[in-house]
Amino acid sequence: MAKIIGGITTSHIPAVGNAISDGLTQEHYWKRFFDGYKPVHEWLEEKKPDLIVVVYNDHGLNFFLDKVPTFAIGCADKYENADEGWGLKPTSPFTGDAEFSWHVAESLINQEFDMCTCQEMLVDHGFVNPMRVLFGDHEVWPIKSIPFAVNTVQHPVPSARRCYKVGQALKVAIESYPEDMKVVIAGTGGLSHQLQGERAGIINVDYDLACIESVINDPDWFANQSNDEIIEQAGTEGIETIMWLVMRGALGEKVNCLHKHYHAPISNTGAGVLLLEGAD
Amino acid sequence: MVWKKHEYEDIPGSYVFDGRRAHSSYAMNKLFYSFNEEKNRKEFDADPVAYCDKFGLTDEQKELVVSQDFLGVLRSGANIYYMAKFAIPRGLSVQDAGAAFQGISGDEFREKLLEKREGLEERLEQEGGYWNG
Repeated sequence: MAKIIGGITTSHIPAVGNAISDGLTQEHYWKRFFDGYKPVHEWLEEKKPDLIVVVYNDHGLNFFLDKVPTFAIGCADKYENADEGWGLKPTSPFTGDAEFSWHVAESLINQEFDMCTCQEMLVDHGFVNPMRVLFGDHEVWPIKSIPFAVNTVQHPVPSARRCYKVGQALKVAIESYPEDMKVVIAGTGGLSHQLQGERAGIINVDYDLACIESVINDPDWFANQSNDEIIEQAGTEGIETIMWLVMRGALGEKVNCLHKHYHAPISNTGAGVLLLEGAD
Repeated sequence: MVWKKHEYEDIPGSYVFDGRRAHSSYAMNKLFYSFNEEKNRKEFDADPVAYCDKFGLTDEQKELVVSQDFLGVLRSGANIYYMAKFAIPRGLSVQDAGAAFQGISGDEFREKLLEKREGLEERLEQEGGYWNG
């Protein structure tokens, strides 16, 4: 049977991709941020997972505003990256696993999460940058990957609680897949940041650290917050931190925290890296 | 016909992108979305007014887009991620856009962000359990 062996959180901002492409990861501005991934790289190297589910939001590459699914899952064998107008060079395509995806989609729908299933899905920086920062650049990626998109762009977006619950359902879905596979879940985005308006530039370190502690030890604290409260504290774009709860829900009641890293600022954001293992 | 009020509308300096904004600015966001393709970016640059007309922008929105009034474009309903497809190819980083919203320079904006770094390692030391190099 498939087993979720761990969860990771990571930023997905474009600047991370640019820093990798431009060879800046050891420059002063970036060094502390990127060095904080080393324990995660070592863990991935040791555990060698077969597949990663990347929970992210699309920023207007695959989905335009004509159709905005709340939760969408890639159900293809291949996912392409493409020009999204931000100057990021497209990467080589990612290998999916259609049988796995359709099983997960069916299980989630049977658990009353009405997924949008995508047989073609362009993946943008929200998916690509976590892959690059976790695995490095590859012509042929060393792991199968499944895009799991959450709408955090056009309100109404799902609640933090709903994200936590879909994560719990994702655990049931994945761990009922009959093939022996080691699966990792990445919750991407965050932490606090606001790109837009006169309030642009806020980074709320206190709130970021409270979210990190909550995701590790007390997910209900974060899951109980309304989107209004989260926007107030974390900024209009910081709302995407709710995607961490999808990852957290998929790990079970209790977790062991193997690695905890926080840095600010990277570009406009506070950035958190967590490596968690289920402890139930 | 009435738009429902939301608590987030009271957060100052913020334009939460919801159905109300998405509805009023659909054509403008569709124009920005088209900038995913190089040929469309070039077509806009060759004749911005004609390109705006092609997408059916209102006169007000057209003026805001053509004059690159980023705060005006945002207030008029642009989604920030879509607007970035307009701003970034024009050499503006997200920090520059943030600075434009506040009427300060990009360097001043970046400086304010960097203040968050001060004392961070010590703070994390106190919190405990954080990787610190």
